[in-house]
Order: sequence, then structure tokens, then C-alpha cells
Amino acid sequence: MNKACGLGRIILTIALTMCLRVAPLPGIIAALNPDWVLLALIYWTLALPERVGIFHAWTFGLLTDVLTGRLFGQYALAYSLVIYICLKLHRRLRQFPIVQQGLFIFFCLLLSQLLLFWIKNIQHPSQLPLSFWLPVFTGTLCWPLVYTVLRFIRLA
Amino acid sequence: MDPVRTTLSFFIDPLKYLVDLPRVLGEHAADSVTSYSALKKENKRLREEQLIHQIRLLKFASLEKENIRLRALLENSFKLGEQVLIAELISINMAPYENIVLVNKGTRFGVHPKQPVLDANGVVGQVFRALPFSSEIMLITDPNHAIPVQVNRNGLLTIAVGSGKLNQLNLPFLPNNADIRPGDLLITSGLGGTFPQGYPVGIVDDFTPQPKRSFALITATPKAMLDRNRELMIVWSNSKPVPLISKQTMIETETAAHPDE
Repeated sequence: MNKACGLGRIILTIALTMCLRVAPLPGIIAALNPDWVLLALIYWTLALPERVGIFHAWTFGLLTDVLTGRLFGQYALAYSLVIYICLKLHRRLRQFPIVQQGLFIFFCLLLSQLLLFWIKNIQHPSQLPLSFWLPVFTGTLCWPLVYTVLRFIRLA
Repeated sequence: MDPVRTTLSFFIDPLKYLVDLPRVLGEHAADSVTSYSALKKENKRLREEQLIHQIRLLKFASLEKENIRLRALLENSFKLGEQVLIAELISINMAPYENIVLVNKGTRFGVHPKQPVLDANGVVGQVFRALPFSSEIMLITDPNHAIPVQVNRNGLLTIAVGSGKLNQLNLPFLPNNADIRPGDLLITSGLGGTFPQGYPVGIVDDFTPQPKRSFALITATPKAMLDRNRELMIVWSNSKPVPLISKQTMIETETAAHPDE
């Protein structure tokens, strides 16, 4: 592992993804905006599993809750669970080609979105539009981009 | 969990302002290159507007005095005026499916949850959560928001529920024979205690009776420009009504209204 890649770089990239998460985008693009924070967390978990783990996922999840004004702890729960699975499978995932990795990322994002959906429905049953699930697909499509950019940052 | 959220918001709020920064810079740039003639034109328009408002206020002062006197005659209570704080919107997209916006004034300015928020045209919503440097405002069109209203024409009381769309309110609790028609102005009724009485909320734009059900289908358009305004007013209403206006105050208001007598 690259020793030069410190915690500072990880925190900086996740702060940037948090900015992207709440960026003011017009109409339909806002509905497409994927969960950048989770994508970055997954990347760092796969790249540096001994340094980034469930604790980071939980902390950044709490911060995302504060950022987006959600029920306190819902992102923390979703992120911790997804990152736990990633940690368990990281050895195998690293060997996968990018398409297969993308499939795995798709299910990770789906799991996180499903948890958020359940929590929202427990709070007050509301009919969320079908476009609530769109970020799962755009997130999967954005994975190669996140992977390339963060890899460049890690090795730089 | 609120103290934890408040503490974490110290780390998170700079990010919110950072996301908003490009817009602020853009506005500054636009301001600094506005032409002299455009500024002059705007200045003229604002002067005229101010004159009109001042003339209206002249009338308002005398009407208010009259209202106090009449209420005193009816032995009714009278609510004191409100104090406002102007807050500016921070343009970030918190959750695409909820009508919640963020403004740049928080508990540092004394903002607290459940405060009413207005703009120049009507009621915008209420403070949902106050953080130290920002606060979240739930708009009246949020599906989880309901506001007690009154038809201005005849005083009919009902509740306006948000629809989730920025340009629509629903009035689900009126019977099919209710005296309400398109074009009626809805104002806050002051019931419920959150919103002060008498501020415009919306205009009824559709009334469809449903003969097979007990309630009619009524929709209204909010008066406030929910998707366009940048400046909002957070209101401190004096929630303790003056119980009964004594003879002394009545005489005082009369002498204040006619100082030369």
C-alpha cells in the first residue's frame, strides 16, 4: 500500500463528494444525482481496507445526515452496512473486472437506497416517486469515473 | 440527539456555504457589471414603490388604531405586532422529494423551530430545524405540512395541506356545499398558534364537488413565490395576546390617534 496516502486525502475527497451530493442542480438532473459519498466510501474501503472501515462509514454517514437534514442515523446505518459487506468481500472484488465490479456496486447502492426507503416509510408512509430509484442506476454508471479519479488521487 | 446534530453541524455548515459560493460569486460579478442606466431605472422604480407603500402605511396606521379601539369595545384581546429577521436562501439541494429549504440564519440569531417564515407576498413555511449557522425551513407545500387557514371573504375555517408540488396546496376537509369559489383569498387563521393571524397564504384556483364522497376536491396556489424568492422573513410573533385592553390604554390610543384634541 501507498504510505503517502494519508487520512487527509481521504477526508478531503469525501468532503468534495458531500459538496457534490447537495449541489444545486436543475430539475431532472437533481433526481439523477447519485450518492457520491457512498461511492467514494466504497472505493476507499476496497483500496485501503486496513485504513477505512465501518467506523468511517458510520461517521461520514452521520455527517451526511446532518448535511441533508434527514432522520439522525439513517445514512450512518445504510453506509455502515454496505461498507461491512465491501470489507468482507474486498479481496474478491479487487480481482473482478470493472463490469462485474459495477454489478456489485449496483447491489450495494440498491441496498442502501432500500434501507433509506424503509426508514422513510416507517416515519410516514408517503408515496415516493419512481425516480427515487434512479440514483442507483446513475451511481452504477458513475462508478468507473469515481474509480479512475480516486485511483489517480490515491497514487498521485 | 439534537446536541449531537448541532455539534456536527459546526463541521458541516462550512460545506453548505462552500456549495453556495459559486452562486454568491456569480451574483457579485453580475452586480459589479450592472450598467449605470439599469441601476438608475431600478432606483426610480424602487422609489415609486416605496412612495406607494408609504401612502398605504399611512392608512394602515389609522386602521390599526381603529381596530384596537373597536376590539376594546368588543372586550376582545388584541395581538401585538411582529418582529422580523431577513434571511437569505442557501441554494443547496438537500432532498429532492421534500420541500425543505435552507437559509443562512440560525440559532446564533435567535431562530428557533416552529417560527413562521414569510416573504413579500405571503406565508412561505415554518422553521423546521434550527442549527447554529443555518436553519431548515419546511415550505407550506411539503406533503407533511398543514396550515390552518381562513377564507378572507367569509371567514370559513379550514386546513391547507401541502401537495408536494411547489405551486399547489390542497384543501381536503371542506364539504361539497362549502361556500368557497375560485379566486378566494386564503389567509392564516391564527389557530394552532404557529402562524400569526391574517397573512395571505394562497388563492383558490379549483373547486370540484365530489357527489359520491363527503369532501370536495379543492386546490389553491400559494401566494408566496416559493421557487423564486431569495430573501425570506423569519417572524417572531408576540404569542401572548394582551388579555383585555383597559380603559387607560383605550384613552391613550385615542389621544395618540388625535394628539391635537
